[in-house]
Amino acid sequence: MNTLVSLLNAAVLAGTPLLLATCGEILTEKSGSLNLGVEGMMYMGAIAGLAGAWYVEQWFGHGGLLAAVFAFVFAFLCGALGGLIYAILTVSLRANQNVTGLTLAIFGTGFGKFFGEVLGHKAGGYVTVNAETKAMYGRINFGKLSEIPVLGTLFFKYNWLVYFALAVAILLGWFLNRTRKGLSLRAVGESPGTADSAGISVTRYRYLAALGGGGLCGLGGMYMSMVDQKGIWVHDCISGYGWLAIALVIFATWNPLRAIYCSIIFGGLSVMYMYVPISGLPLPIYRMFPYIATIIVLIITSMMQIKEHAQPAGTGLNYFREER
Amino acid sequence: MSDRKTGTPCPPSPEVPPVCVIKEPLVRITKRGTVTRKQKLLVYVTGFVLALLLGALLLLIIGKNPVNAYLNMVTGSFGTKTSSAETFRLAVPLLIAGIAIAFAFKMKFWNIGGEGQILAGAILSSHVVIAAIHAGAAIGTAPLHLLMISAAIAGGALFGFLPAFFKTKWGTNETLFTLMLNYIAIEYINNLKQLKSWQPPRTTFPKIINFKDALGQIVLPKVFGVHIGWIFALTLALAAFLYLKKTKHGYEIAVIGDSLNTARYAGMNTRWIQIRTLLISGALCGLAGYFQIAGADYTLTETTAGGVGFTAITVAWLSKLNPFIMIPVSVFIAMLKKGSLAIQSTMKIPASAADLLTGIILFFMLGCELFLEYRLVFRHSQTKIEEMLEEVSA
Repeated sequence: MNTLVSLLNAAVLAGTPLLLATCGEILTEKSGSLNLGVEGMMYMGAIAGLAGAWYVEQWFGHGGLLAAVFAFVFAFLCGALGGLIYAILTVSLRANQNVTGLTLAIFGTGFGKFFGEVLGHKAGGYVTVNAETKAMYGRINFGKLSEIPVLGTLFFKYNWLVYFALAVAILLGWFLNRTRKGLSLRAVGESPGTADSAGISVTRYRYLAALGGGGLCGLGGMYMSMVDQKGIWVHDCISGYGWLAIALVIFATWNPLRAIYCSIIFGGLSVMYMYVPISGLPLPIYRMFPYIATIIVLIITSMMQIKEHAQPAGTGLNYFREER
Repeated sequence: MSDRKTGTPCPPSPEVPPVCVIKEPLVRITKRGTVTRKQKLLVYVTGFVLALLLGALLLLIIGKNPVNAYLNMVTGSFGTKTSSAETFRLAVPLLIAGIAIAFAFKMKFWNIGGEGQILAGAILSSHVVIAAIHAGAAIGTAPLHLLMISAAIAGGALFGFLPAFFKTKWGTNETLFTLMLNYIAIEYINNLKQLKSWQPPRTTFPKIINFKDALGQIVLPKVFGVHIGWIFALTLALAAFLYLKKTKHGYEIAVIGDSLNTARYAGMNTRWIQIRTLLISGALCGLAGYFQIAGADYTLTETTAGGVGFTAITVAWLSKLNPFIMIPVSVFIAMLKKGSLAIQSTMKIPASAADLLTGIILFFMLGCELFLEYRLVFRHSQTKIEEMLEEVSA
């Protein structure tokens, strides 16, 4: 029972970056852009967040809240920069969405590693933030609440980004399904031609969705560098989470609320080997679990043809007004 | 005019009919008719130069001299005989994997699992080597290499077949499927490293034995300082060109890429064609893995593929999926890789600069394609319109 509770707690912590990135990708795909560059945007956010916090420490001499705020803003902006590159290429310059996304993944990975090393040179060896900044990503102090057996561990033993990610998912669900703008965004994704003739600017919605989606992916990346790696730059810090997030979008059938429990399941799969050892099973084989699970989920969802009902019809296709 | 100044609404004038001026958009995009070779070249060269300039800007930002950096990259990759040999050695797997990926991309089958397919080939090849080592090397050189090659082909083909099978059966997303196989291959190698039978004798460090030390036969001969994989790669480029352009199979691939429905309507067995092409694509990547094992690394690590599977996508796309153009492009990308290793040691610029630069170049190449198909029409100035109107009325 105790193992289960602590596994769930770890699953939520590990699933949070996935949830942020998945929400970002849902937002992007709902506008009709299939951005495969999540991995790249996460790398960009990861290094930008770390760099933001590190520079604040250098300038002001102390970290803490200010460093965390800068990390947050920088990560969002840098992820959004990735989204902007994608939008310029696919929406304005009409490049192939798949190839542009793949290039963004390659570029962003290079971007993260490049500036990670540059920053390392500057810091003299390797980058790390001070204890004050690290504390910003620790558990929130809920006082007696976290001491409640079981429930305390399940609900009150997380850092603030976990609650932030949950709020993002809920807000995104509300935005997409309950607001006028959300309706317009979905219209652009389902049938850009129809939306255009109704006076909705396809270009503006696709740009904004790519920017916002990229920013959320960047925050997911920041989580991995600041929380998972504790503010130290690690070269392979994203290690495929961006691709898992794209798979999660399919698993969650483009629904941000469903993405919450899907990301917890995948977070659990990726940390399970630390909590539930299976005797006789080598660790590397155990670590394959999330990837194997992704493949199985992809196959099952395609068999049940969930995808065809859920994927926005215009996703993956560029829209040219002249070519109708 | 006076009405507008005072701000009162314009009353309908009985004499002059109100003229409504519709403002043209600032930039309009219209289709070009034909594109000459010269225009094409101009657009690509401009894009390429802009990409290099942006790269230079990045280098300036981190406080390095971009001219020096670029020059060092060239001399670092082609300056000496050894460094040129090294550059060409890096180009071999890029070319083979680029061609392999082009096969799949031509069908709009987004195979981004080149990395995993290379590793799968390398893994099965290594199994053969390990078996031979434990058998006491009682096997001839030619049979050993034949076995290694068959194993590599089988491994790569399997990793190509799986996503193709499910994609053609249920429409399973092939991008993610192929990608997940990459990670599975990497973890599999991590597992092999833990096995006693794969480690060098008398060590417990998780590392796979150096095949060259244990079994000298596996080393491929060299021609002009580079292992013979380069001859295979060049032959492959020619063969792939002929296969894609001159055979029925190649035609079928092209039709499926343009429109799956057309291919179906024409009575093609689209499912088999896609699976067949992915078997080839995977097998070629597997062969690239074999050449890495037997020609370059002489051991197996999780970085045996070293990002080649991803970079090959860039090679394939920059060459417009044409195997011949891939030859210079793969050498160019290899030059970036080797050159960035050189500037890492001489100028302390991180080697990841290569990935960054390749990404930027590809962004520009993708972006400039618009200017080949379309042309921008800027809004004519008011005086110019009046001149044109006068011309018409006169």
